[in-house]
Amino acid sequence: MKCYLLLAGALLAVSSGAQAQALDAQARSMAATCVGCHSGQSGQVSLAGVSRDELIQKLQAFKAGTRPATVMKQISQGYSDAQLAAVVAYFSTQKK
Amino acid sequence: MQRRQFVRGASAAGVLGLVSACAGRSGASAPKVVVVGGGYGGATAAKYVRMWSDYGIEVTLIEPNASFISCPMSNLVVGGSRAMADITQSFAPLAKYHGVRLVQDRVTRIDPQRRRVLLAQGGELAYDRLILSPGVDFVWSNLPGMASEAAQAKVLHAWKAGVQTVALRRQLEAMPDGGVYALSIPLAPYRCPPGPYERACQVAHYFSQFKPRSKVLILDANEDVTSKAALFKKAWAERYKNIVEYRPAHKAVDVDAATGTLKFEFHDDVKADVLNVIPDNRAGEIAVTTGLANMDRRWCEVDFLTFESTVAKNIHVLGDAVQIAPAMPKSGHMANQHGKTCAAAVVALLTGQPPNEQPIYNNVCYSFVSSTEAVHVASVHRYDAAKKTMLTVPGSGGLSGAASELEGRYAMAWAANIWADTLGR
Repeated sequence: MKCYLLLAGALLAVSSGAQAQALDAQARSMAATCVGCHSGQSGQVSLAGVSRDELIQKLQAFKAGTRPATVMKQISQGYSDAQLAAVVAYFSTQKK
Repeated sequence: MQRRQFVRGASAAGVLGLVSACAGRSGASAPKVVVVGGGYGGATAAKYVRMWSDYGIEVTLIEPNASFISCPMSNLVVGGSRAMADITQSFAPLAKYHGVRLVQDRVTRIDPQRRRVLLAQGGELAYDRLILSPGVDFVWSNLPGMASEAAQAKVLHAWKAGVQTVALRRQLEAMPDGGVYALSIPLAPYRCPPGPYERACQVAHYFSQFKPRSKVLILDANEDVTSKAALFKKAWAERYKNIVEYRPAHKAVDVDAATGTLKFEFHDDVKADVLNVIPDNRAGEIAVTTGLANMDRRWCEVDFLTFESTVAKNIHVLGDAVQIAPAMPKSGHMANQHGKTCAAAVVALLTGQPPNEQPIYNNVCYSFVSSTEAVHVASVHRYDAAKKTMLTVPGSGGLSGAASELEGRYAMAWAANIWADTLGR
């Protein structure tokens, strides 16, 4: 998945390409921190391919404490709004 | 999806002669990663190195056990509400879906100069980067009476899920009603901070149902309960009032296995019908013999951006064996997160990219206080560039308000999901 982008970045030697790639890798790594609990087993929400708007609304509601939660308020408060947006953007591009 | 892009990448790599990671599934020049230890840390790292290299990096996972047996949830087997089959998973999907080469063997030696690992059954494997996830072993020398095999077969730790989990359960079943189960807890840090207290709850739950005149005696080397203290104390005071007794600051200094007696620095001896002693923990043996346990000869210091050892190049250490950052628990969930962070860094380093400079990850840990009700602790950890370590994010994390069956169901779902993430498709 990343090889083509990686090579394109290397070929063109465009710094913005390298930056975009670094951000992409960062979003992928951040998103992976959610998958331990959310890999679609036992009725737990699977995040791959989820609607972008729906997921960001849920996460912001968890963070604000307006949506009932056990762990999700405590976890979402550890991520900045920009980080949550990057995670959601990443999941929305994944196949279900 | 990945396959199509992989092929495009491969053709471009051929033209440019670049990035051997993209050169093919079985190309002779594909970088080689060897992972030692197939627990939460190692199995996750193996899978994610394959996935995140678009299956361009060869990964071999060396693990002595035939199956993955989860330490998290194993206290439910001790308590009798779950069976070993419920906490046992196959490694096979790692090979089937991710092309991880599985080797059931034990590593006897690592040669960092030649970048080779030597196997107990003979032969050696070469690596470009080694990922070591050896879990914990025990500092037996701190308990002289436990030196013999006979003593270790009688006084169990059951702190690695497997045969000892089953054996401890049998000892509890064989104990007559009115007996005493004593649990000795070592000084922190040790694997799974709330684990001993959860175990006390599980044994107490079993006694409350089947052996109500029996006692659970917790002998803790620490000054207080090290995790979820208020929640556990509430469970002991309310649910297991006449069963559990907690004694802090009881550091065991020796064990008489023959008589089932614990000896302490400052307190009277304690005799029990079932004695369960968790010795002081340290990094798994192979990390120590390779010279990687540079912190008190117990834990391995790593660069938290890559998990590379600070004393050996090209060797990454993760999971319970690591010298922890502040407030970072030694947990299966944390090892899973280490595995992904390390995998991303290893893929980056082997493809000439800079590792992520801002890692962030979380921990969620459930403990059962009965067979159905659980409590949790959660935290989020991010890299602090100035301090070069992982710190918890202010305002994040926390505990359950109270034990509940809802959290018990979430705990079981946590297990199913993290097993799938660590080992599955």
